[in-house]
Amino acid sequence: MYMKPEGKKRIWAEYQKEIPDDHFFYVRSCIRQTFFAGSEQYFLKILRDDLGKDVYEDPRHTTCTGIGYHGDVVPFETIQAVVARHFALATEAGYKHIAISCVTSFGIYSEILETWKHFPETLERTRENLYKATGRTFDVPETISHTSDIIYKFRDQIARKAKYHLIDISTGEPLKVVEHIGCHYSKMFPKYGVGGAEFPHVLVGMVEAWGGDIIDYPERRHCCGFGFRQYLVQANRGYSLFATRKKFESMQPYRPDMIIANCPGCTMFMDRWQYTIREIDGITYGADGQGIPVLTYEEVAGLVLGYNPWELGLQYHNVQSLPLLRKMGIKADPSERFLAKDGSRLPEPENLING
Amino acid sequence: MKTMSAHIVVAGGGVAGMEAAGTLAGMGYRVTMIEKDDAPGGHLLQWHALFPDRRPADEVISHFRKHTEHPNLRIITGTTVEKVRNHGSGVLVSLSGGAEEQADAVIVATGFELFDAHRKEEYGYGIYDNVITSADLEAMFNRGLVAKADGSVPSRIGLVHCVGSRDEKVNNNHCSKVCCVTAVKQAIEIRKMLPSCEVFCFYMDMRMYGPYYEELYRESQEYHNVNFIRGKVSEASVNINNRLVIKVEDTLAGRPLKMELDIIVLMVGMEMAGAGMRLAEASGMKRGINRFLESTDHHYGNNLSGLRGVFYAGTCTAPMNITDTISHARAAVTETVKYLNSR
Amino acid sequence: MRVTQSNKFGFTINRSRLIDYDSSDRKVREYVTLREPSFRLCFACGGCTATCTAGQHTSFNLRRMNTFIRRGEIEPLREEVKRCMLCGKCLLVCPRGVNTRNVVAAAAEAIVKLERNEL
Repeated sequence: MYMKPEGKKRIWAEYQKEIPDDHFFYVRSCIRQTFFAGSEQYFLKILRDDLGKDVYEDPRHTTCTGIGYHGDVVPFETIQAVVARHFALATEAGYKHIAISCVTSFGIYSEILETWKHFPETLERTRENLYKATGRTFDVPETISHTSDIIYKFRDQIARKAKYHLIDISTGEPLKVVEHIGCHYSKMFPKYGVGGAEFPHVLVGMVEAWGGDIIDYPERRHCCGFGFRQYLVQANRGYSLFATRKKFESMQPYRPDMIIANCPGCTMFMDRWQYTIREIDGITYGADGQGIPVLTYEEVAGLVLGYNPWELGLQYHNVQSLPLLRKMGIKADPSERFLAKDGSRLPEPENLING
Repeated sequence: MKTMSAHIVVAGGGVAGMEAAGTLAGMGYRVTMIEKDDAPGGHLLQWHALFPDRRPADEVISHFRKHTEHPNLRIITGTTVEKVRNHGSGVLVSLSGGAEEQADAVIVATGFELFDAHRKEEYGYGIYDNVITSADLEAMFNRGLVAKADGSVPSRIGLVHCVGSRDEKVNNNHCSKVCCVTAVKQAIEIRKMLPSCEVFCFYMDMRMYGPYYEELYRESQEYHNVNFIRGKVSEASVNINNRLVIKVEDTLAGRPLKMELDIIVLMVGMEMAGAGMRLAEASGMKRGINRFLESTDHHYGNNLSGLRGVFYAGTCTAPMNITDTISHARAAVTETVKYLNSR
Repeated sequence: MRVTQSNKFGFTINRSRLIDYDSSDRKVREYVTLREPSFRLCFACGGCTATCTAGQHTSFNLRRMNTFIRRGEIEPLREEVKRCMLCGKCLLVCPRGVNTRNVVAAAAEAIVKLERNEL
């Protein structure tokens, strides 16, 4: 195309991080289970059942309070103690590697570890605070990984077990995929992200391993606009919409088939704002004006491995994935979308795009 | 002692090295000039035309060829100077390959290297086809053709100032001095070669410090229609029409600006040359925070190294243009001769 | 502004402040440069603006106006250009010798012609 892939490969080689092979202590996201009901479930299923890995969950872990911290209601000392408590739970269970589900959390954990590294007195204070509050002690973990890093690490194993690929079966052509990285994944500490901040590779690697083609569009690096204060205060949501729309306008000429994102907020907003923009501006994006499905990487991994899209939770996105599933050759009956496990009907969301 | 039989080793065969070596040889000294490339000339060999009047670089190159043709001057190519140290009353010079030279004095003229533009990832050098450096552009001038990678004629070219200079992110806080005037010179050259091509310079400041440099800036606006936008380019990307897209803050308008370009030229700055850094480390020569060689006094001792018999010439001490390099090298010659006469 | 149902959300989409160089129209710039070639010499030092009489008590900013003309951003100019008093102090200061007074006059003419589709 118009670029030299060797140039990008050189940058990826410079920003390689250590991702462990096994024995993860999993910390969940606050909101992902609400919006992407199947994602965390399937992360565990794929890692445990398909890849045979040990992923440990402690039900006593809490929110990392990242939303509160970035929304200016939780002070830095508090969040350090909350995170230290998670480290204490991991130490108690004998785990040295943390697998983090949310990108904001990942940013928080990275920020805290870096702060402790450069200002050891803050680590001492946190030890004191945690002990006084809960009586717990902790070891600083050996590694922290975002769960997309882990799927990235095992992408080739997933590819080997793939039942479907990111290919349009009617033409044989790879699907055109837009990948979007959460800001807190690599923009804070580029060395903590696979591929760094300018040309991140974590999702690129997955998509290419599973047969798809990545679109490099001008606003690739732009924030999706999620933010915290931009949406916590209703009147400020114009900020968020503006940013997301900028991205859509920029990717639209490439006629993408789907967007894959690794941050809960990004995925939600890029999905939800397509509905809002349609209501405000009357514009629907996508190759055929049918909206661009926005999927989490666990959902994409799940589809590739042949899991039922409705069990993955795709029907709860604003932009429905039916055209995408058709392109990939995945049989999925739309009438089964809103049935509970016992066959009874669940309420159907309104205003779905492509419903 | 008879100083005329003294032997001086000049480390480096660029402008400073050639000036010092040729001048000393012409004065009757025995000189050995050591150059790491296959032929002397340094960066001068890469340039097409020199500011401010755009005279052909070839003229200066042939001047130096003549200047360094002398029976007293021995040129060794394909070799670097690895270490110098005092030995007896002279200086022992260790070369790559193991050989050694006995010298009465040494002039260090190891010069500069251009900033590696790959390090500014956001500009996409080495990734996007049509992002080039100022040196790449000079090579295009030498070939007589400025075109996009696919051979098509550009209709808009942008020059980005301060790439690798005045930039904490790449650990170069210094200003490389000559890139602003180079950008204006190159802008004019592009306009003359391609009258239908728009040219934009994206600058933080316009540092037109030398004789006739400010006048060149005026000429570029008055007669050649070069556009100047004050703001640092934050990133480059490619759109679906294979054109580069840049984002820049138009500080004069107070608003962000987006523009499509066919070619981006990165004005890469000067850094201390790697071979010079290794020589300095091995020989105990002090370097400043900007990694260039630090002389004993900025005002009246800027050719002096603090080591007996070792002198500095040219851009190994700081970014400078060709004229000032030549003057600096002549000053190094004066200090060397003073030293030899005083022994 | 679109007539929208945005009130049902309580917010709308923020407007872009970007100067999109490729979609702005530089006919006013071309006209001004033709009528006053010294316009090319401006390097936005702001000397003219500092001394400008109108600039002391209105929003008129000659340096910024000239920059907008160069970029092809006409909207800010329409009202601004009427505020110049044509006193000529700017002309006295300009270090590059731009005939700034004539630039403003030419810009005012250009805007009228633009509205009449004569450019």
